Amino acid sequence: MLAQNITFGILAVVMGFSAIRVVTTKNVVHAALYLVLVLAGVAGIFILLAAEFLAIVQILVYIGAIVVLFLFGIMLTRAPIGRSNELDNSQRGISAVVGLFLFGVLATILFDGFGDDKLEGTQVGRTGDVGLSIFQTYVIPFEVISILLLAALVGAVVIARRD
Amino acid sequence: MYLMQFLLLAAFLFCVGVYGILARRNAVLVLMSVELLLNSVNINLIALGVYRGFEQAVIGQVFALFVIAVAAAEVGIGLAIVLLIYRNRANIDLSQVDLMKG
Repeated sequence: MLAQNITFGILAVVMGFSAIRVVTTKNVVHAALYLVLVLAGVAGIFILLAAEFLAIVQILVYIGAIVVLFLFGIMLTRAPIGRSNELDNSQRGISAVVGLFLFGVLATILFDGFGDDKLEGTQVGRTGDVGLSIFQTYVIPFEVISILLLAALVGAVVIARRD
Repeated sequence: MYLMQFLLLAAFLFCVGVYGILARRNAVLVLMSVELLLNSVNINLIALGVYRGFEQAVIGQVFALFVIAVAAAEVGIGLAIVLLIYRNRANIDLSQVDLMKG
């Protein structure tokens, strides 16, 4: 239990710092690289919660595909690669107030609801169960997601092509 | 491990993402902030699933997988739209994209 708590602490600190850097850094490419740290931290949290299949999917899909898409987007739109002061608009103060207020509200509600509930021992080795659940109970949502991905792919091609 | 620590971490990521969406001007950075939101939702799904027991933990993982798939579709479409905006206006400053403003 102690090792898990230490791991969680390290992951939480790294993720919190990186998340704040994603939204405050003045360099677009650095934002994408800090996003990689946050996503890797989320994968670590998944492993901590015994969801190892999801951790692998997180690394493959997010870090392998989505971050590369973001880097393509940065390069293709010729964003300023170096430091730039043009990345933020004039609402930073009010946005920070909104974010802090939202965090306060959420933390209050969560403490109210889940005060000091402990997580019981986490069982491992669930990839087979996840597969069975997807292809038995949730097979229709799974097919709908497939259609959605196909439609998104075709839509992205149609939107972005030059004609 | 307490359930609260995961929920608080997810809430923090969510609020940072909300700040990013509101304060950023570059469209690609706004999409990155949306990814922060979706990841915080996934942490919540997994943590609450584990909290509720084995069956619910599996269901939570299935729904988190669906969220990841939707996030991939969202980024694809979002970047296509950003590229279209860039092609038409030569920049992706969201504060200038106000054609639909009344």
